[in-house]
This record gives sequence, structure tokens and C-alpha cells, in this order.
Amino acid sequence: MTQSSTTPMTHEKTSQGRASQNTKVTKEQAPVYSRADRKARNANLRGRFGLALYVVLLLLPIYWLVNMSFKTNTEILSGLSFFPADFTLENYAKIFSDSTWYMGYVNSIFYVSMNMVISLLVALPAAYAFSRYKFIGDKHMFFWLLSNRMAPPAVFLLPFFQLYSSVGLFDTHIAVALAHCIFTVPLAVWILEGFMSGVPREIDETAYIDGYSFPKFFVRIFIPLIRSGIGVTAFFCFMFSWVELLLARTLTSVEAKPIAAIMTRTVSASGMDWGLLAAAGVLTIIPGMLVIYFVRNHVAKGFALGRV
Amino acid sequence: MQTKVENNKAWFLVMPVFLIVAFSAIIPLMTVVNYSVQDIFDPYTRYFVGTEWFKQVMLDSRLHEALLRQFIYSFTILAIEVPLGICVALMMPTKGRGASVALILVAIPLLIPWNVVGTIWQIFGRADIGLFGAFMSYIGVDYNYASNPADAWLTVVLMDVWHWTPLIALLCYSGLRAIPEVYYQAARIDQASRWAVFRHIQLPKLANVLVIGMLLRFMDSFMIYTEPFVLTGGGPGSSTTFLSQSLVQQAIGQFDLGPAAAFSLVYFLIILLVCWVFYTTIMNMQKDK
Repeated sequence: MTQSSTTPMTHEKTSQGRASQNTKVTKEQAPVYSRADRKARNANLRGRFGLALYVVLLLLPIYWLVNMSFKTNTEILSGLSFFPADFTLENYAKIFSDSTWYMGYVNSIFYVSMNMVISLLVALPAAYAFSRYKFIGDKHMFFWLLSNRMAPPAVFLLPFFQLYSSVGLFDTHIAVALAHCIFTVPLAVWILEGFMSGVPREIDETAYIDGYSFPKFFVRIFIPLIRSGIGVTAFFCFMFSWVELLLARTLTSVEAKPIAAIMTRTVSASGMDWGLLAAAGVLTIIPGMLVIYFVRNHVAKGFALGRV
Repeated sequence: MQTKVENNKAWFLVMPVFLIVAFSAIIPLMTVVNYSVQDIFDPYTRYFVGTEWFKQVMLDSRLHEALLRQFIYSFTILAIEVPLGICVALMMPTKGRGASVALILVAIPLLIPWNVVGTIWQIFGRADIGLFGAFMSYIGVDYNYASNPADAWLTVVLMDVWHWTPLIALLCYSGLRAIPEVYYQAARIDQASRWAVFRHIQLPKLANVLVIGMLLRFMDSFMIYTEPFVLTGGGPGSSTTFLSQSLVQQAIGQFDLGPAAAFSLVYFLIILLVCWVFYTTIMNMQKDK
């Protein structure tokens, strides 16, 4: 009883004391703060303005592409205008009604998803090994993986073509997915390793003492713990596979041709089909914009290979 | 850093990665090595020529020019992108809805397929149908990226700045967010100037992410291919032909397999060297933490 009655009192006292101290401090510092505050607010406004300017410049080329995709070719070539005078959906209609066009998007999404799944499946255990164990050649292995992320695709272009032709995988989705693994797998291992190192070792040890086997622990406990890391990794595999063209174009001809390669068809003897090209370009930007929303808070960590 | 347990069974966990990457990396690499020491006329007629291709490549003036252009290009874009990226990161709001909107908007160029980036600038830079080209001729500059080497360079650099500054900005932004609020309070009490806050609080905290960002940018710009290929096709002349493109021209265009393979190996060694510097820097950074 006595205890319960005294504790609130002391609490009150200390909080009062703190409050009065706080007001005192702010009163003393008040003139200094307000000047600094005003300065800070001005700087803030300048910052907002600068940022707005930057974003506008950033979006201008994209806006121009979108603008063009709603114009007819005659309007595009007849002069500049900020809004389509003769608004048309014809360019998009052409893409969605022609299977050689829209299959490009299907192909791209197909091999990108395949690549994402393969990368995650092989990278998860490897990243765990790198983050938890020391083993013979671990550092060399890690460096070798990284060096593949840095290998210029141009170096491997022709050998890739020959390799995949000789094993009968040329012009299949799996060929592109496997080829893209050369840079998405190292990336996935790096990002996941960064996230996994943030999970304390004690969790593993406790689980093992509790009688969990490794696979059971990994799937039931560990993977839920690094959910966000897996999300970010998936995003990055998606992204880097989606934006790459050189390998995808080299390894396909008809069946698995990516949209990026089909876009070159807009060049014909009668000149460029600008409107169609713009519409196809706009459609390639959309998937990226849809998925980035989910990982917006972790994008930077992914770009830093899990090392911010 | 936590101490790691020594356990060689961990290799079983790494095995799948090793196999899948080795399939796409080691076999093609060995093919390249194989080509680089042979003279190939057709699949059945080939001669061993030893280091001849390497000698030829090392003395090739086209390669030297491409390498020089490559270095100038990589350093130019770094010199622009790093300061600009830091400025953008400093201006981005840290809290609330504005923060995520800004984050998503700034990240958009990174998600666009590289050939579409080329296409966007190809259209944007044309004087007849593009806004930028039209603007340049409006202010009286005779601008044509397809015929004037200086304009082609300007456009290629501008495109890369547009495309990749967001990467530096995002990295710096997340670095800035890791600075505890108390640092800023202390600086306010000391009445530190904006510059002093940047120089002594923000910049040291950004060092890590900046190293990562700069090295990533250096290496990626070193193997740039798609964007300039779509935009200028390496021209006018060969004024914007960088290393990757001159390699592809040689291997696929002229089908000079031997020299192209030797070129590939030299190119790969340069990249490997830069990569090693990158790796050791990051590893040392982690040790210091």
C-alpha cells in the first residue's frame, strides 16, 4: 500500500521537475532558436523548391514520352505541342491487338519471374552460409561472385550464344533467366547477407537447442524474420532482369523475344513509327513503377548491397 | 561484427549458387580464353597463335581511343552525379507522406529498361520532335546530337546523369536518415552553420554509402552499352563508342573472334582490378565499424 502510494508521487515530482527544467531551457535559448529556426525554415523552403525543380526536370523526358504516345504520327511530325490535340489511343490499341507485340511483354515478365524465383532459391541458403559460418575459401568465393556482378555482358555475348545453342536452350525463357542469374544471383546473395547479418546469432542457437533441425528452423523461423530483406531482393532481381536487354536479345529469336527487342521493329523503310515506339516505351515503365511502391523504404539498402 | 563459427559443411549451402553461376560464368569464360589464343576460319579450321591477338589488341589504336573515351566519360559523370546526388538527398524530406512520394518519384529513372532510356533521349533530344532539342534551337544553339560530336557527348552525359543520379541520391538519403537527431540538436546549440553541419556531421556519415555509390557507378559506366547504342549508335564517327560497344562491333559485326576474345580478357581484367579495390574497401569499412 505504502509503496503504491509513494511511487506516483515521486513520478509526478520528477516529471514536474523535468518539465520546469525544459521550459527554462527553452526560455533561455528562445531568441537564439527563433533566428536559427527562421534560417532553418528558409533553408527548408529553398530545399523544397530545389527538389521540386529537380523532380520536374527528371519527369520531363518521361512526360514527353507519355505525351507522344497519345498522338498520331502526323501530329508528332507536324510540330511541338505540350498536349495531344488529337488525343488517340490507337498506338496502345495496336500493341494490345497484335500478339507479336504483346507477347513481348508476356515473354519479358515470364523470364524475369523465373529468374527471380531461381535467384532467391539458390541465394537464400548461400547468404545464410556467408553470414553465419567461416569455411575454406569463403572470402574468395564471395569475391568471385561479386566479380560476376561486375562482368560486362558484352564480354560473354558470343560464348553465351554458343553455350545455350549447344545445350538446346536457345530461344527459351529459361535460357534468359539462367543468363541473367550471372548478375542477379551475386546481387541477391549480397543483399540477403546484409539483411541476415542484422539478425542476432542467438536466435539460431536458441532454436537449435529447442530441437529444431536446420531446414525446419530456416523455413519456420529465419525466413519470416528477414521477410523485408527477401522482398527487397526479389525487387532487385526483378529490376535488373527487367532493364537488361543485351543478353536477352542475344539469346532469343522468336519464341522468347523480350519486348525491348521487339521495340526495334518500329524502324521501317517508311520511317520511324514514333507514336508506337513511345507507347511501347511507356508500357515498359509501368511494371517497375508498380513494384517500387512496396519496397520504397528499403530501395536504398538494396542498392547499397544491404550495407547501409 | 559477430564472430562466425568455423564449419566447412557450409559449402553445401553455397553449392547451388556456385553451380548456377559457374554454368553461366566459367564455361563462357573458358570459351573466351580458348578463342583468344586461336585463329579461327570456320569451326573446323583453326590454328594456335599464342599471344599474337593480345599483342595486336594492346597496340590497337582504336582500343586506346575507346579506353581513353571510357575514362573521360566515367570521370565526367562521376564529377556531376556525386555532388548533384548529395544535394538532392539533402533536399529530400525525411518524414511523412512527402518522403515516400519523393523517394518513388526520384527512383523512377532507375526502373526504366536501358534501351527505353536511350529511346526517351533519342526522342527528347531531336530538334524536330523533342522538347530538349527544340529548346536548344529556340535559345539559338545549333544542336544536333546525330551529327555533332560535342552535342552527342553532351546528350550521352546528360542521359547518364538523368538516369543514375537518383542512385547516388537514394544511397545518400538512406545514409542521412541513419544520423541520430541528437547530433543536429548539439549542432543547433553550438550554433553551427549549415556548412559546418554538412562538413562535420553529414559528410562523415555519408562516406560509406558514397564509396559504394561511386564504385558502383564507376563500374557500371565502365560497361555501358545499351543507352549510347540506342541514342547515337556510337557516332557520329566513333566519338561516343565506348569499350563495350567497340568490343561488340569487333566480335559480332566483323566476326574477329580471336582479337575480340583477347580484348574481352583484357577488359575483364581491368574490371576485376577495380572490383578488387571495391571489395577490399568495403570489407575494411566493415572491420572499422
